Amino acid sequence: MNRRLKIAFFLLVLFGIAAIALLFIFGDRIAVLNPQGMIGEKQRDLLFVATILMLIVVIPVFALTFGIAWKYRAEKKSTYHPDWSHSFLAEAVWWGVPCLIIIVLGAYTWKGCHELDPFKPIESDRKPLTIQVVALQWKWLFIYPEQNIATVNFIQFPEQVPVNFEITSDAPMNSFWIPQLGGQVYAMPGMRSKLHLVANVPGDFRGASANISGAGFSGMTFIAKATSQEEFDQWVESVKESPSQLSKDEYIQLHKPSQYNPVAYYSSGETNLFNWIMMKYMSPTTP
Amino acid sequence: MFGRLTLNAFKHDLIEASVGVSILLALIAIVFLLTYYKRWRWLWYDWLTSVDHKKIAQMYLIVSAAMLFKGVVDAGMMRAQQLLSVGESFGYLSTPHYQQLFTAHGTTMIFFVAMGVISAMINYLVPLQIGARDVAFPFLNSLSFWLFASGNALLIASLMVGNFSGTGWVSYPPLSNLEYSPGVGVDYWIWSVQISGAGTLLTGINFLVTILKMRCPGMTLMRMPMFVWASLVTLVLVVFAFPILTATAGMLTLDRTIGTHFFTSGFGGNPMMYVNLIWAWGHPEVYILILPAFGIYSEIVPVFSQKKLFGYVSMVWAIVAIAFLAFLVWLHHFFTMGAGPNVNAFFGFMTMLISVPTGVKIFNWLFTMFRGRIVFTTPMLWFLCFVVVFTIGGMDGVLMSVAPVDFQVHNSLFLIAHFHSVIIGGVLFGFFCGFTYWFPKIYGFKLNEKWGEYAVFCWFFGFLFAFIPLYVLGLMGATRRLDHYDASTGWFPLFAIAAFGFLVICAGIGFQVLQLYISFKERAQNRDTTGDPWNGRTLEWSTASPPPLYNFAVIPEVHDRDGFWAMKHSKTHKEKPKYEDIHMPKNTGQGFNIGVLSFFFGFAVIWYIWWLALLSIIGIFACLFYRLFDRHTETYVSVEEVERIEAQRGKV
Amino acid sequence: MTQHEDFPDTHHEMTHNTFFGFWIYLMTDFILFATLFASYAVLRDATFGGPGGKELFNLPAVLLETLILSTSGFTCGLATLAIPVDNKKKVIAWYAVTFLLGLWFFLQVCTEFGHLIQDGNTWQKSAFLSAYFTLVGTHALHILLGLVFIVVFLIQVTRRGLIPVTKRRLTCLSMFWFFSYVVWIFMYAIVYLMGVT
Repeated sequence: MNRRLKIAFFLLVLFGIAAIALLFIFGDRIAVLNPQGMIGEKQRDLLFVATILMLIVVIPVFALTFGIAWKYRAEKKSTYHPDWSHSFLAEAVWWGVPCLIIIVLGAYTWKGCHELDPFKPIESDRKPLTIQVVALQWKWLFIYPEQNIATVNFIQFPEQVPVNFEITSDAPMNSFWIPQLGGQVYAMPGMRSKLHLVANVPGDFRGASANISGAGFSGMTFIAKATSQEEFDQWVESVKESPSQLSKDEYIQLHKPSQYNPVAYYSSGETNLFNWIMMKYMSPTTP
Repeated sequence: MFGRLTLNAFKHDLIEASVGVSILLALIAIVFLLTYYKRWRWLWYDWLTSVDHKKIAQMYLIVSAAMLFKGVVDAGMMRAQQLLSVGESFGYLSTPHYQQLFTAHGTTMIFFVAMGVISAMINYLVPLQIGARDVAFPFLNSLSFWLFASGNALLIASLMVGNFSGTGWVSYPPLSNLEYSPGVGVDYWIWSVQISGAGTLLTGINFLVTILKMRCPGMTLMRMPMFVWASLVTLVLVVFAFPILTATAGMLTLDRTIGTHFFTSGFGGNPMMYVNLIWAWGHPEVYILILPAFGIYSEIVPVFSQKKLFGYVSMVWAIVAIAFLAFLVWLHHFFTMGAGPNVNAFFGFMTMLISVPTGVKIFNWLFTMFRGRIVFTTPMLWFLCFVVVFTIGGMDGVLMSVAPVDFQVHNSLFLIAHFHSVIIGGVLFGFFCGFTYWFPKIYGFKLNEKWGEYAVFCWFFGFLFAFIPLYVLGLMGATRRLDHYDASTGWFPLFAIAAFGFLVICAGIGFQVLQLYISFKERAQNRDTTGDPWNGRTLEWSTASPPPLYNFAVIPEVHDRDGFWAMKHSKTHKEKPKYEDIHMPKNTGQGFNIGVLSFFFGFAVIWYIWWLALLSIIGIFACLFYRLFDRHTETYVSVEEVERIEAQRGKV
Repeated sequence: MTQHEDFPDTHHEMTHNTFFGFWIYLMTDFILFATLFASYAVLRDATFGGPGGKELFNLPAVLLETLILSTSGFTCGLATLAIPVDNKKKVIAWYAVTFLLGLWFFLQVCTEFGHLIQDGNTWQKSAFLSAYFTLVGTHALHILLGLVFIVVFLIQVTRRGLIPVTKRRLTCLSMFWFFSYVVWIFMYAIVYLMGVT
């Protein structure tokens, strides 16, 4: 019995070491731990703070579990106090210390929630770029109101420029997420959610929907590409040369269910299309 | 005539069809065996009509075991799909089928496995541990079980007639609205959950009255076993939370059948309200799952440390605190819905707070072991595995309670790994622990230790291989419920490790089945003749194994916590007990009948067969009235019979 | 076969257990209503451009049905008081009056619904109307159930007299009736009175 327990413990420790080692070796492939945007970085830092605070409790728990189980196994005949069942000091410690840890973590949470509120614009001396996002079945429509272009399943923006996403849905609830840049926010019909992200460096970042919205949900991935300002301007020009235009009729066609849509570009569109999409759900009068 | 039920509903692809056929074959085999061995009368009179809490508990176990098997198969099929559906390949399952799989997996595991085993444990143990002969309302108990079984049956029916929901186990609108899910799937979900939920609510009421009103003399609240405290607090959660589910699922049904606009996208409907309501039920629900498991651990750790439970009062306050806080955290399931920083911070803080009393419990268990004499029986091994797995799960729960962190892991596989850690590590391991511990009481012989150890080993390491990779996948940006992903994501190796872990878990299940078989074969050698095979501390161990119909020939009187322990070690002279006639409720078939009729009611509403729905409702009322007009609902066990049964005790 | 009355030792606890259990059930029903109330509160202004409470509610009629239901609560109380003094005639008489008043209430609610539906203001028109019909309709269903059980239990009292089991059932019925009445008062205030401001 004891031998079997020793083997199991040894295997467990081995597993733990392997897991942590692999985590470090492949860390740069882990989007949340290796973000490429300021918001993602702050969220990761919060994750680390919370982890360390929790380890103050978790490590003693593991140490005590294995230590006590081993030391007080019946064969060993250690000190035996079968009726000792109360200690004010012990209770004070394990009610009190975790409370203190939680208060500290709570303070970090309060601060973090306000600082990283998805609706809060990013402070920067660069002029932000607005992209309106519409979740459809089963693709993402992106409208650039200032540039008067629109795209499907692809966005491009300059690095280090804050991007103000305004998000809605003309489909079931979805969730707009670019893990390498920062956290997600729900896309809901009749509602306007906001998300503010910024890319620190150029790159191609994978985006997805994180809330199931039907049969084609797995195909709702898109690329968010951060480039230099010049490359971005060139790209905008090239999109403007696209023959397709996102009129209301074209939108109604686009709205029809389809899966794994390829990237599409639209050179101009219906003005205020985003508002029209949102307001459809709010009142019976449809323009 | 048959509403929207057409022959089309029976058409399925090969995999679904083979599942349906297997179930039918299994049912036919059961019918054949019952006929061949002439056991129909036995089945009806001894089991289906029973109002005995011990029999009802075993029926819950059987149904839950069957559903556990189904849920594990669902999981295996999902693991296989995610292993195969990479890049150019789209695996072997169609997307609608895959979506039904994860919806059914979640619904089955939570409603029918976890709630089922908890109902089983509470049913079997609470009356015995409080020194009572039965529950407050035995007929209601039977009815509760049959409503539970009826809900299960509806989910099984969806495998063969029509299809199940594909919207996830909590069925968020707008996806679950008629517009986006026009078929019968969501309706099957609604009715299987509603009917079994009604059963759970009745169980809640029943056992609340039982615990608060039927404890034996001398058993004050602070002398109750911890499992009874855990049950009490769980039942309070049930009674407060389940009506919310009834109302919410009810509103969704109205949206889907008569065209109301509670949760539609237009016409003023509010899908966000559904999210709030369903989690106002859903969060207490997960505490309903875990608290009885905590109660089980509080029972076994003292017995196998041969030491009193540490900090009983603290443990009671901790469990009460957890239950209270359980109602104040529901928004953490949707931090990303955009409620604003103040709201998110508040709910995040309340969520973190729950970790304090939970940690207190773990420390108290560890200090029960401290300076004890620990015996590593299978239940104790399950407990140790629980501490490791549940602590991991609890820790990342706190990580996610920091809302901005949650923005990066919400609805990812990190979340999936978290809740599987706490549910498998906490609830399932707790059930296995309790099942192994109380098995001798229920069936009269012990389970084989060796095979039990192998099962623990496989489950523990299988779990680690199956779910630790999922934490990493979540951090890599893998969302949940995906039936396909690009090869460029680099996720494949981790899915492969997870699939390996699943196979190891299957080996663990195999060992458990083997353990049952071998233990049954060896039962003569492992018979429990004393009723107290583990040197237990609570009252159930003072009865025979298995206990007689009436539990206690003489209602015990306790003067201490660990009432039975005190009795065993007291120096007072034990006089010969004085027996009396024992008043017991009679069996009745109305619980079964109402269960069957409610199945037909649910089926009828799902398929819009309105005449059948109306007939079923009338039938249910007819059964209720039959019961109300039944004057002969009780019987008694005569003194002679009691003497005879008690004299048999200990003899094979 | 023996009857329950042969076991007076457990009858007393059984009554208390039944009352306590029924009370807990009523609390769960209260939470169900609370959920519907909460939904109504959220959806109150979601008329989607259509009529709201101000346009639709006929306050004088609602006042009448409220007074009728209040009276039925009073008569139910009189019936309940007659139970422990074993006054079978009074019990049956006052429950019968309660039944008639409850039936009036139920029919009046149905009429109110009928008018709304006739004018095209059905539950399909807006979320507000969905919430309204569901909340008031669920209450009306409770009243209907109460009416059914008044009949059933009065039949039992007529046949078996005021024995412990029938007294217990009637007391539970009264608890149910008072509960339904209290829920209606909330509804009157929150839905109707607040709805027209």
